Amino acid sequence: MTYLTCREFVELVTDYLDGALPPADRERFDEHLDMCKGCREHLDQMQTTLRALRAAGDEPARGEVEGLDRLLDTFRDWKRSRP
Amino acid sequence: MDDQATIAALRAGDEAAFADLVRRYQPLMLRVARQYVKTPAAAEEVVQETWLGVLNGIDRFEGRSSLKTWIFRILMNQAKTRGVRDQRSTPFASLGAEDGDGPAVDPSRFDDEGWWNAYPRAWSAVPAERLESKETIATVRDAIAELPPRQREVIVLRDLVGLDGPEVSEALEISEGNQRVLLHRARAKVRAVLEGELT
Repeated sequence: MTYLTCREFVELVTDYLDGALPPADRERFDEHLDMCKGCREHLDQMQTTLRALRAAGDEPARGEVEGLDRLLDTFRDWKRSRP
Repeated sequence: MDDQATIAALRAGDEAAFADLVRRYQPLMLRVARQYVKTPAAAEEVVQETWLGVLNGIDRFEGRSSLKTWIFRILMNQAKTRGVRDQRSTPFASLGAEDGDGPAVDPSRFDDEGWWNAYPRAWSAVPAERLESKETIATVRDAIAELPPRQREVIVLRDLVGLDGPEVSEALEISEGNQRVLLHRARAKVRAVLEGELT
């Protein structure tokens, strides 16, 4: 079994995080991770990037949201129709 | 307000809780819907229908996924139905030249044998407040806006919306492998932009 280089490691990170690496590659990935501080930092950066992306997806709209009034009317109709 | 509290408030007919939810997800919903239908007006209709679906389904929602993921699943179904009628705006064909090329990390960061020249900086020192700050979020959004369209579509659905790989590949009618290639490129570019910002 050959070792992964760091250059190869960084290309496998998304597959790794998705649990999509074949078992043999997964083993090489884990082995590399154990011995390489640089790649541990890289993986940590990727996970931090994912947190930032999630935060961007949860950021409420600034200012007025288009169509809110119409939606609130929909909400009131829905509420009235509830048993 | 967490998911449980929001769900309880909606069921109780709390209008403010509904308005908060709309403010939070409407822009992302419009953006996702826009990928499937021809006009902004059609996207707005899809989003309106989605909210109605959310209200009508809230009593049956069991919380097996997050509220957000559930809302976006409804949206995708609405958008697909509508998109089939309208013919979708941007055909999502096989991977193009710009989609899968290029390394995830600048090649000059590695030596001839493929090891790091210098270790990447630790980001663990970056506090959560900084990561979730308006500035960082704006940086992330700008980075996404710069991506090729297909990479952008995948990263929005996977990482901003939170759908899983099979859901995204089904929605975009691409293989899971292609979906992952696009996601990998997209995340790598966002990481590189954040590296410039955070270190």
